[in-house]
This record gives sequence, structure tokens and C-alpha cells, in this order.
Amino acid sequence: MLIRNSRGIPSSEITPKHVYLTRRTLLAGAAGLLGAGTVTGDAAAEPLSASPSPFSTDEKRTSLKDVTSYNNFYEFGVGKDDPARNAGALTAKPWTVKIDGLVNKPGDYPLEDLLKAVSVEERVYRMRCVEGWSMVIPWVGFPLAEVLKRADPLGSAKYVAFETLKRPSEMPAQASLFPVLDWPYLEGLRLDEALHPLTILAVGLYGETLPNQNGAPFRLIVPWKYGFKGIKSIVRISLVEKEPPTSWNKQAPQEYGFYANVNPVVDHPRWSQATERRIGESGIFVKRRPTLPFNGYAERVASLYAGMDLKKFY
Amino acid sequence: MTFDSKSISRELQRIPVWFVYAVGFVPAVSYFTLGVMDRLGADPLKVLERELGEWALRLLIAVLTITPLRQLVGINLLRYRRAVGLLAFYYVGLHLITYLVLDQGLDWAAIWADIVKRPYITIGMTSFLLLVPLALTSNNAAIRRMGGQAWARLHKLVYVAAAGGALHFILLVKAWPLEPLVYAAIIAVLLAYRLVRSLTKQPRSGRARSREIRPDRAPGQLAARRGEASVATARAGVGAPSPGQQERT
Repeated sequence: MLIRNSRGIPSSEITPKHVYLTRRTLLAGAAGLLGAGTVTGDAAAEPLSASPSPFSTDEKRTSLKDVTSYNNFYEFGVGKDDPARNAGALTAKPWTVKIDGLVNKPGDYPLEDLLKAVSVEERVYRMRCVEGWSMVIPWVGFPLAEVLKRADPLGSAKYVAFETLKRPSEMPAQASLFPVLDWPYLEGLRLDEALHPLTILAVGLYGETLPNQNGAPFRLIVPWKYGFKGIKSIVRISLVEKEPPTSWNKQAPQEYGFYANVNPVVDHPRWSQATERRIGESGIFVKRRPTLPFNGYAERVASLYAGMDLKKFY
Repeated sequence: MTFDSKSISRELQRIPVWFVYAVGFVPAVSYFTLGVMDRLGADPLKVLERELGEWALRLLIAVLTITPLRQLVGINLLRYRRAVGLLAFYYVGLHLITYLVLDQGLDWAAIWADIVKRPYITIGMTSFLLLVPLALTSNNAAIRRMGGQAWARLHKLVYVAAAGGALHFILLVKAWPLEPLVYAAIIAVLLAYRLVRSLTKQPRSGRARSREIRPDRAPGQLAARRGEASVATARAGVGAPSPGQQERT
């Protein structure tokens, strides 16, 4: 009998993906005992030790798979699976961040140096996307305030501006002929928002260094704001006097404000923000849940906006 | 290279109409099955909703392609136009049901607020409503009752519905991703073709019109065909249908 095998056997036929992923997790778990394990199966991932935080929610965490395979990072494409597919080439190590503007100690800070001076915590936060879905993610990070204090802001500094890496050779959508956004991606916070203890710079999730698609090597997390405020792969932090330009606000000012606080009563002009779908919950029979003011963090942050018309400053 | 559109048409016509329906429902059944098995990724409901909507757009594009294909290339797929058109309607309906039942959980207050306040929902819902009379009259009895000319005029609503569907997609995405723009561009070209043709080739011949209306050649549709023929001949001002009309498809 002639055995035809000219096409070769794809690896997917030999071992189903979920089996080898599980196998990898087992191996990683074993390796973890030796101090070199990875949960993601990502060769670049390294374990991080982090202390628990009282700011963490005890809600059910979104699976690592969903967190790392379903997200927006437009530098790698507009599809939710594009970041996981296209971010492999990003060189996230070594990494230097420029801190400049209205500070006493401007400079290029290597990320490793910054990390040495801070205490890293696990923060399990809700994440609400402006598109109407949400997750619960165990970030590993440290308060942005610690870095800002190190750079020593001047009294005239009122806002913090952030900038993502612009490197079209590693970020394919930045090389597109029809760019979806103006690169580099820009974000900003008011200084008091930036100094708030809930505001962190995340360097990892699920106990390991951040995968490229989630914004390696470090990104901003502001849990009471829509996800797009969480700028990824940051190369520059500037202390400034005036409200800095932000990417989505420049793209569609009537739809995305500077503040972008999660608010169920202020709708996106084209869709309601009253409810959200929690990712990974009950498949296609998932029920929408009500969206909470400030994404459930109102008790801690609402005072920052006392007296402000949140319909105007959306 | 020889391009014989007649023989291509003849070959294609051997495909039975039921087969078009059977294949047409494959995406809906697969996506729903995968959805129930929770195999559609992190936000499976969104995938189900989006795919049913995109298939509706693809089928609308397919149905709008049938006439230019015959007029420009000579490939005649008129026999399948009703099936493709009804499939498009069914997909719009499934897309709508998914939104109403699975996405909104039949929360009528939220749904009504969406229809009134969200232009993309308003447009989507209007496009669906425009397709309802077309689906209800996609049968020989309706053509007979209405007369070919009125029927054809009514079915021009599909142009509005297709344009609405394309706009509906553009309005629900962030920024300007390529995909909705591609659908919109294809539909714009198909509609522009009709506009140009109606401006340059007026009035159209009665024979062309009668061919266009006649849905397929199954037996038992003679009455419908006769009805069309009389409309067509009245329009063309000729006494009797030409013999060629019975042979051509």
C-alpha cells in the first residue's frame, strides 16, 4: 500500500492546541519551582513577585487566554486578535522611558532602574472598554505616583502626557497607508488623577511580565476610565501645564473626551454606555450587566470631579 | 482564450435552486452551533451578531450582482435571484433576532431607546422593514397579482436597504477600519451602475424587462410568465410576446 504523506503533517494534527498549551502550563509550573516558569507559554515572559493589594476586587478573573488574545492595540491592527497575532516582533527589552517637561529631574530612565525603586503589587481591576465589554484583570504594577515623585514635578505641572512607541518596523499598522489613528498614540491625565493611588503602571499580568500584545514592557492602568486611556508600551512621560492632546479625542472629539470616565448615564453618541458584557461569561447566552459610575470605583475617585459637569467633560 | 458566457450560464443553471438555499444556510447554522459550543472566541455573541450581519450584506451584494453580470458579461443567474434575495432577508432577520433576544435580552425599553437614539440602529431597523414587503412578494402569485411593472418598482427598495445596511456597518465601528468601507464601496458601485444605466438606456425594451422579472423556469409558472409578458408587451407596445422570449433565460 502506498502511504501518501507528501504534504507533511501539520503540528495541529498531532497534538490539539489546548493539549499542548496545557502541557506547556504544566511544564511551566514545574519550571516555576526552579524559578523560570511562564504561564503564557511566551518564551519572553518572566515571573514577577508581587504583594497583594487592598484595592483588588475579588470578582471572577477573566481567563489569561481571553486577556491576552482579545484586546485593542491599534498599532498591530484593528481586529481584537490582531495584537496577539502581530505583536511578536516587538522588542520590549531593553526599554528606556523619557521623563521630561516640568520636572526637576528629567532624563532617560531605564525601566529596570525604575522597577528597583518601587514596590510591585498585584492589582485585580475591572477593565471597561468604551465599546461596551469588560474584563477583570490581575495586573502587576506600581503606582504611577512613585515614578512621578522620582522625577520631581515642578509646581507649574498640571497634567501628565504619555506617548507610545512609534516603530513601524515592529508595529505593522503604523506602516499602513491608511492609518487608523495619528501615530504615535497619545494619552493624558490631570496631575491629581495621575497621582491617585489607583492609577498604576502595569509591568505584568497573571504574575508574569506583560505580553507584547498587552503593552509590553509597561503600560498605564486607570481603572475608573475607559480602556483606551490605558496607553501601552510607553516611551515618554511629560509633565505639562495645559491639557495635552490625546489620540482618540483628536480622531473624534465629539465621541471621546479627555476625561473618558466610565459613566453609564453619558452615552457614546453612537451607542449606549448603560450596560456591558463581561468577557468569558456564559458564551452567546451572556446577560448584559449594568455599568457602574466610575466603573465601580466612585467611592475612591468621584471627589476628583466634584462640581464638574460630567456630561460636558466626558 | 474563448469566453462563452452562454455555455457558462447553461452549466451554472444545472444547479438546483434548493441547493442554493442549502448552502446559503451553512454559515448561519455553523455560527450558531459554534456559539452554543462556546467556540467563537472571547466575545462570542458579538461574533455571531457580526457574522450574521456581514453575511446579510454579502448576500445583498450577490443579489445586486446578478443583473450587471447578465448585462455586462452575459452570465445569467436570474433563476437564483429569488433564493439569494430571500436568503439575504433571512440573514437580516437572524441578525435582528440575535440583537433583540441574545444581545438585548428582550429589554424593550433599551431596544426602543436604541432605535430612537442610535442612528445605526434606526438605519438598520429601517432597512429590515424595507425588506419585509420584498420578502412577502417574492413569489409568483404576488408578481401575478401586482403586475410585473409595479412589482419591479417595489423591489427597487432593495437598493435603499443595501445602502442602509452598508451605512449601518460603518456607523457602529470605531474610527475607519477597512472592512465596512469595502462593503460600502462595492454596494455604491452596484447602485451607481444602475443609476448610470437608467440615465443612458432609457426607455428599456419590454423584452429586457420581462426577462428581468421572471424569477425562474420551473413548470407551473406559466401563468406568472404570461402575466409578465402582457405587462412587457403593453410597455413595448407590441401585440404578442416574441417566440424568443420562451427560449431565452
